[in-house]
Amino acid sequence: MRRDNDFEQRRQHIANLADQELYDRFWELTAQVVDPLLELGRKNTTPSVERAVLLRMGVSSLDTQKIVEGCMDRGLMGKGAGHVVYKVSQDKGISIREASIKLAEGEYWDDAVALFKGGK
Amino acid sequence: MADYKLEPNEKLDVREILKDLDKYEPRRRGWTWRKPAPGLKMGPFEYKDCSEPLKNSVGLPPAKYFGNIDPQPMPVITTEIASGRFEDDIRRMRMAAWHGADHLMVIRHMGQSHIDGLMEGTPQGIGGVPITRKQVRAQRKAIDIIEDEVGRPINYHSYVSGVAGPDVAVMFAEEGINGAHQDPQYNVLYRDINCVRSFVDACESKKILAWAGILQIDGAHNANATAREAWKVMPELIVQHAINSLFSEKVGIKPENIALSTVPPTATPAPCVYYDLPYAVALRDFLRRYKMRAQQNTKYICSSVREATVTHVMNMLISKLTRADIQSTITPDEGRNVPWHIYNMEAIDNAKQALIAMDGLMEMVELKKDGPLVEMARDLKERAVLFMEEIVEVGGYFQAVQEGFFVDSAKYPERNGDGIARKIEGGVGYGYIFEREEDYMAPVTAHYGYNNVEQYGGDPENPSALIGGCTFEDRSKIVFIDELEDEDCVARRLEKVEKYLDGKAIKPEMEWCGDGTILLTMMIPAEPRTAEAVALEIGRKLGLEEPVVNSKEVMQIAEGTRVEMKGKVTFDIDPTTLEIPPEPHHLDDATLYKEFEEHPMVVVCGTVGEDEHSVGLREIINIKHGGIEKWGIKVNYLGTSVPVEKLVDAAIELNADAILASTIISHDNIHYKNMKRINDLAIEKGIRDKVIIAAGGTQVIPEDAVKTGIDAGFGRDSHGIDVATFLAEEAMRRRGDL
Repeated sequence: MRRDNDFEQRRQHIANLADQELYDRFWELTAQVVDPLLELGRKNTTPSVERAVLLRMGVSSLDTQKIVEGCMDRGLMGKGAGHVVYKVSQDKGISIREASIKLAEGEYWDDAVALFKGGK
Repeated sequence: MADYKLEPNEKLDVREILKDLDKYEPRRRGWTWRKPAPGLKMGPFEYKDCSEPLKNSVGLPPAKYFGNIDPQPMPVITTEIASGRFEDDIRRMRMAAWHGADHLMVIRHMGQSHIDGLMEGTPQGIGGVPITRKQVRAQRKAIDIIEDEVGRPINYHSYVSGVAGPDVAVMFAEEGINGAHQDPQYNVLYRDINCVRSFVDACESKKILAWAGILQIDGAHNANATAREAWKVMPELIVQHAINSLFSEKVGIKPENIALSTVPPTATPAPCVYYDLPYAVALRDFLRRYKMRAQQNTKYICSSVREATVTHVMNMLISKLTRADIQSTITPDEGRNVPWHIYNMEAIDNAKQALIAMDGLMEMVELKKDGPLVEMARDLKERAVLFMEEIVEVGGYFQAVQEGFFVDSAKYPERNGDGIARKIEGGVGYGYIFEREEDYMAPVTAHYGYNNVEQYGGDPENPSALIGGCTFEDRSKIVFIDELEDEDCVARRLEKVEKYLDGKAIKPEMEWCGDGTILLTMMIPAEPRTAEAVALEIGRKLGLEEPVVNSKEVMQIAEGTRVEMKGKVTFDIDPTTLEIPPEPHHLDDATLYKEFEEHPMVVVCGTVGEDEHSVGLREIINIKHGGIEKWGIKVNYLGTSVPVEKLVDAAIELNADAILASTIISHDNIHYKNMKRINDLAIEKGIRDKVIIAAGGTQVIPEDAVKTGIDAGFGRDSHGIDVATFLAEEAMRRRGDL
């Protein structure tokens, strides 16, 4: 967009605001800009968010991306990659780490899909 | 872990640091500020705005005149160290800590922001260091040892951005990193990472930073570095700072851990303070809840380290007149190469020197509360408000980015239509955003947003309890990966420089052990292009490998060019072959008193030549300054501009035992010529056998002085005790007592 300088017209409605009023207005507007961004974060996830969940669960960084790709391929991202590992570990009676290694090696994926079929 | 102890006079051995890294645990989490020391007394001075001094440090060069005091200013001082080889950076970090840095930033390897996931091992980096768990652990472990040595906590810092931001944030939290850059706007504008992806990732990253108490620095200053005319983006800078800061606060980072990376937007020859000061005032007013990390302007940095240094100092004037909680330093060689060891130290010293120089300034001056400063600041704040208003009007941040609102070269609200525009549906990572389903779950600590551990009986207040704690509670769950490559790793690199590490060979070094790089400064009496060719030819004739001219400055277009050239020496120096002269020894007071009591000594002295300087000689003779009078030597001071004949005649007349000549001017070797003349005259007049002759001055090299025929020369940093010791021993020698 190209636009000539229209500062003088544009500022009319704030020209008479006291400094504190201008400050308050600035931060009210900033909140309006950032609130929807925060909401996006609450409702969505991404491969990196899920990898970061897996890392905290004690999964090796060499395995996190493989597990996330397995979830993306099977439509399981909306469940959470950590959730998938958790559920497989519960189902198989093995540790989180063991489940993560198996999933990274390509095992247990059919079980994972089945476990999530029809809700929980 | 802490069994590796370091002595100040002992080199830090990176090989020791690398041992047992898998067992290392960081000693603390979170950021540390300096401790204020109001009314600090050091030497003869009282300081107003200083922090607690260090246990071990390297003071500013003139500290030797002030009892070697090294006062530390209040702001945390940052330096960026990332040569591509983290193992060499560790030694530089030690140097930096001794000079007064307590915030060590590591720039990432070029391209790391586009890598999906953590890098591991210790590959060599380009333009920065590959940030890996092993590298981070080794550096944090080394910094633990270094901070004990200097006696002040040191903050270690790197970047949480790119398409693996949350992964990196987790690793940083686990490894005790203290500061991090995190700003999704940076990803969007400069890395073309999809904007939705960037903000979703940022929510998670910031939540993790908040848990770990990591201080966050934003990336808004890049708009300044990128914009065509940097001083016009000031309203936008305020907007960008505000978006990241409030966004971070709402995710959960405490305001005191949210820092703005703020740069004075312009530089000389612009009348920069007139532009930069109102901006600094406006920014610090609107963003008053947050911390200020004052960065130097890099937009206009050239290859002159002198020019870069002055810009840095002028920028620190702005810091002092307004506020800086962290004073960052750009190395003055940033405009010519990846920073070298010596320039990190210069930058840190520049900051320390400037801030100590301005200690207490604000008790004496204040910024005006009316006039252009206030008016210009108000103007900028209004423009920032209008900018933010328009973002809301067009439908929010993403829409504004898509329409090219940011980094437009015109001063808002004028628009040139050349802003960086990024599509909402595009960029790296586009298509990789997934809506969390109703039963989405992530059983970990510091996870942002919709979770659902209750479905398995978990506690939403402590979601990781569901799996018996995550790595944030139980470090034993962290998977430490040592190396992925056999060749591109630190062990191989260290093997290649073993002889240097073991001290068996010495080679100059600017960034990497054994790199052999040296810098030569010269004035070539030719125009710049010829001068460059001449310099390179000189480099080749000197046997330098890869000679490169890294700075040229015109003295006068026809008369000459100042050239700085780097190159690599191809040989090692074997320290066992060196002849290192012994340290000067001093006779003790008792011996000197006894000598001059039993063998009284009369000295005539003066500054020779057409020279009115007297300070140096007075320091040597005057009892008040620890001069030779103290031990009973009888001094006849003839003054300044003394003809050499007069000095010799006075020696005859007063039956003196010694002549001391001070020589300041060294042009055309006049100082050595005068020494020779004194010697010749003494011979001519038949007193040479009787009289001891010595000369001194800042440009005197003792060995060269002796070559003129006199008995001794004293250079820079000589003191009365040196001269008294010499006179006593020479007299003893002549008597046959020594």
